[in-house]
Amino acid sequence: MLSIISLSIFGILNLFLGFLKSRQVLLPATLLFLLVALVLNSLDWNDQALYFSDMLRVNNLFVNFSAIVLVTSLFVVSLSRSFGGDDEHTHPAEYYAILLFSVAGAMMMIGFENLIMLFVGVEVLSVAMYVLTGTDKRNLRSNEAALKYFLMGSFATGILLFGVAMIYGATGSFKLGGIATYVEVAIRYGSVSPLLYVGLLLLFIGMLFKVSAAPFHFWTPDVYEGAPTIFTAFMSTVVKTAGFAALYKLASVAFGGAYGFWAQTMAIITVLTLLVGNITAAYQSSFKRMMGYSSISHAGYLLLGVVANVSASPSAILFYSLAYSLATVSAFGVLMVVSEKKLYEGGADERYEAFNGLAKTNPLLAFVMTISMLSLAGIPLTAGFWGKFFIFSAAVQANLTSLLVIAVLMSCVGIYYYFRVIISMYLKPSDNNPVIVSNGFKLTLLLTTALTLLLGVFPDLVKNIF
Amino acid sequence: MLTLVLILIPLLVALVLLALRGGAVKRVALIASLAELALAVYVLASFQPDTTSQFSLSYHWIKSAGVQFAIGIDGISVLLVLLSTLLVPLIILSTFNHSYRNPSSFYALILFMQSALVGVFVAKDAFLFYFFFEAALIPIYFIAALWGGENRIKVTFKFFIYTIFGSLFMLLGLVYLYLQTPGTHSSLLTAFYGLNLSASQQGFLFWALFIGFAIKMPVFPFHTWQPDTYVESPTPATMLLAGIMLKMGTYGLIRIVLPIVPEGVQQWGLVAIVLAVIGIVYGSIIAIQQQDMKRLVAYSSFAHVGLMAAGIFSLTLDGLQGSLIQMLAHGINVVGLFFIVEIIFSRTQSRDLTQLGGITQNSPVLSVFFIIMVLGSVALPLTNGFIGEFLLLKGVFTYNTWLGVIAGTTIILGAVYMLRMVQKSMFGLQTTVTEQFTDLNLNEILVLAPLAVFVFWIGLFPNGFLKLTEPAVAELLRAMK
Repeated sequence: MLSIISLSIFGILNLFLGFLKSRQVLLPATLLFLLVALVLNSLDWNDQALYFSDMLRVNNLFVNFSAIVLVTSLFVVSLSRSFGGDDEHTHPAEYYAILLFSVAGAMMMIGFENLIMLFVGVEVLSVAMYVLTGTDKRNLRSNEAALKYFLMGSFATGILLFGVAMIYGATGSFKLGGIATYVEVAIRYGSVSPLLYVGLLLLFIGMLFKVSAAPFHFWTPDVYEGAPTIFTAFMSTVVKTAGFAALYKLASVAFGGAYGFWAQTMAIITVLTLLVGNITAAYQSSFKRMMGYSSISHAGYLLLGVVANVSASPSAILFYSLAYSLATVSAFGVLMVVSEKKLYEGGADERYEAFNGLAKTNPLLAFVMTISMLSLAGIPLTAGFWGKFFIFSAAVQANLTSLLVIAVLMSCVGIYYYFRVIISMYLKPSDNNPVIVSNGFKLTLLLTTALTLLLGVFPDLVKNIF
Repeated sequence: MLTLVLILIPLLVALVLLALRGGAVKRVALIASLAELALAVYVLASFQPDTTSQFSLSYHWIKSAGVQFAIGIDGISVLLVLLSTLLVPLIILSTFNHSYRNPSSFYALILFMQSALVGVFVAKDAFLFYFFFEAALIPIYFIAALWGGENRIKVTFKFFIYTIFGSLFMLLGLVYLYLQTPGTHSSLLTAFYGLNLSASQQGFLFWALFIGFAIKMPVFPFHTWQPDTYVESPTPATMLLAGIMLKMGTYGLIRIVLPIVPEGVQQWGLVAIVLAVIGIVYGSIIAIQQQDMKRLVAYSSFAHVGLMAAGIFSLTLDGLQGSLIQMLAHGINVVGLFFIVEIIFSRTQSRDLTQLGGITQNSPVLSVFFIIMVLGSVALPLTNGFIGEFLLLKGVFTYNTWLGVIAGTTIILGAVYMLRMVQKSMFGLQTTVTEQFTDLNLNEILVLAPLAVFVFWIGLFPNGFLKLTEPAVAELLRAMK
C-alpha cells in the first residue's frame, strides 16, 4: 500500500524535478522511483490488510499484479529516450509524472475492494492515458487518437459508473464482500433485483472497453497507431494487466455467485474477441496496427481465463499478463528504433516492410523481435507458451471445449501474422541502412528477452508464487 | 545420465558454433555429431532388451504443474535414438561439397534440431515430449526458409502453420489427460497410461492426438504440405525432415496414442488404417507420374509412411515391429535417395527425368549406390526395406485381408516408380546435361557407403534390431488388451 502512496508522491516530486529540464536527471529519477515502489510493494508480501476505510485490499494477488505493472513500467520508461530534449517534447517532466500517476491508478484498480475505488483507479489511469496518447503534439494522428480515446473512454467510464450505481441500488453496497453476500443470498432465494443484472452488464461493458475486448474494441487500433510508440507499449501492457486483474476480481469475487448469469455472455464475448482480434490482425499492412489487433486477441485469451473461473484462473491470468507484457515491450521497443530510421510517406515507417532484412543490419534486434513474436504466438521455450498453456488448462478444467477449439484455431491464425515479421527480418532483402541502438536500450531489450526465455524454460519461477 | 548427455552434446555444440566462423564450423559440427553417434552406439551396446526404461533420469522441472524432466531409453525409443544419431553426421558430411552461406547458423540449427529430436525420442513426460516436439520445428523451419528454393517462404510457412495446428490439438489432448490424473496432477507418461478413461473420452482424445501426429508424418489427407516442403527445402533439411522428423509422428502413435487411448484406437483404428491405405495407393500413383526426382522421392516417402501408420493401427506384434524397423530402414533409404538426387542436381542442375539419362556410363559407382538405395526402398528381399514391409503387410493382413491386399500393391507400385526413376536417369542414352557427369568423390562415397552397409546389415541380420524392440512392443500390446 505504501507503494501507491509513494508513487503519487514521486509523481509530484518529478514535477518539481522538471524545473531542471534535464533528461539526465529525470530518467534515472523516474527509474529509481519505480524501483523504490517495487521494493515497497514486495514488503506487502503475505501481509493481508485493508486500507483507506476498507476500500483497498492488499494481498498476494495485489502484490503480484502490481509487480507486473511496476516491472513493465520500469522497462517502458527505460526505453523512453525519445521524449525530452527535442523541440516537440519540451516538458519531459510532465510525461514522467503522468506515467507515475497512471501506475498508481493501475494499482488502485488491482487492489480495489470497493467499486468507488475501482472507478477512481480507472479514471486515474485513463485520464493519464488520454493525455499521453496526444503527446506528439504536431502529429495529426496523435491528436486524433487522443480525442477519439478520450471521447470513447469517457463514454465507457460513464457506462461503468452507471453500472456501479445500479449495483448499489440493487445490493446497497459498494463493497465487493457486500455485493458477493447479496448475490449469493439473493440467488439462493430467487429474489435477485433486476437492477443487479443490468448493473452487472454495464459494469462489465465498462471494464471490457478498458481491456479492449470485442465488440468494444473499435478505439484500439486507431489509438495504438496514433499514440507515440512508447505509450502504445505502456497502454497495451499496463492498462491490460490492471484491467484484467480488476475484471477477474469483479467476475470471481463479487459476482462469482452469479456465474450462471454472466458466463454465457462472457463466453460469447470471448469468442468474438478472439475472432475479431486474430482475423483482422492478419489483414493489417502496418505492424503497429497489427499489434493493436493482436492486443485485442490477447484480451480474448485472458478472457478465457476469466470465463473459466476455476481455482487455476488467477495464476493463469497473472502468468499470461506477464508473458504478454514482456513480449510486447520488446516488440514495441524494436519497432521504435526501426521505424525511426526508416521513413514512409513522410512519417515513421511502421509497416512490416520496415523490418526487411533486419537480421542482416542488426541481428540483435532481429533476435529480440523473433523471441518476442514466438512468445506472442505461444511457441514452446518462450514464456508465451506457458501463458497459453496455463490459460488452456484452466479452460479444460472448466470444460469449455468449444471455446478452446476456437482459441486453438485462432492461435494458428496468430502464428500467421506474427511470423510475417520474422519472414521480413530474415528472408527479405535489406536496404542496408544500419539500425544503431544505444547501450541502455539494448540492455532493456536483452533483459525482456532473457526473461521471456527464462520463464519459457522455468515457468515455476513465477508460477510457484501462488 | 547418458541420455541427458545425448541431448546436451548437440545443444551445447550448437551454441559454440554460433560463435565460430569460417571452415572450422563444418568440421566441429561433424566431430560433434560423430561423438554423439559414438555415445549412442555405446548406449545401444549396453542396452538390455527388456521392457524397462534404461539410462533414465528424472528431475522436478515445473513443480507446480507436476511436470518432470524425465528421460530414458526403452525398447521403443532405442532404434529411433540410433536413427537420429546415425543420420545427422551423414547429413552434415553430405554438405561438405556445398558451401552454405552463413554456415555457423546453418550447422548450429541442424544440431539444435538433433538435440530436440533425441529429446522427443527419450522423453518420458508428456509435456517434455511436447516441448521437444515443438522445439524441433523451429530450427527446421529456419533451415528450410533461409536456405531453401524459390518458393521457400510460402511453402515453409504452410508447413509451419500446418504442424502447429496439429500440435495445438495434441496439446489440448495432453492437457485434458493431465487434468484427469488423480491427486496433485502428474504429466508422466506412465501416469497417463494408468488412467481409466470412458469410451467417449477416448474417442475425442484419439482425434486430438492423432491429428497432431498424422500431420507430422503425414497421413492422407493431412499431407498437402509435404511434397512442396520437401522439394523447396535445401537437401540437408529434406533429409532431416524425411529421415528423422516424420518418425516423430509414427513414434508418437506408438508411444502416446496406442497405450493411452486403446479404446479410442479400437473405435477409430479402422478409419485411420483406411486413410493410411488410401495414402499408400494415392501417393504411389502420384509418384509414378512425377518427372522431378525430388518430388518423386517425396511422394514415395508419403506412401511408405502410410504403410507404417497402417501397421501401427493393425495392433499386431508384426505390424508394430515392422513399423519400428521400417522407421529405421526408411530413414536410411530416403536419406540416401535424397542425397543421390542432390548429387545429380549439383552436377547437372536438373532433377527432371525427361532431361536425364545414361548417367551410369560416366559414373558406375553412383549407379551402384543408387540401385542399392532403390532396391532397399522397393523392399527387395535381403535389403532393409523387405523386413519392414513384410512384417507390416503381415500385420495389416491379420487385421483385415482386403486392406492388406490393397496395401500390398505398394510393392508393385513402388517398384514401378522407383525402377522407372532408375531407368530414366541412369540408363539409356546420355543427354546434353549428363555428358560431363563425373563419378562420386571420396566425400560422397563416405556418406553413401555407411548407408549401403546398413541397407544390407538390416536386411541380412534383422534379428539383432528386432530383438531390441520386441519385449517392449509385446508388453505394449499386452497392456492394451
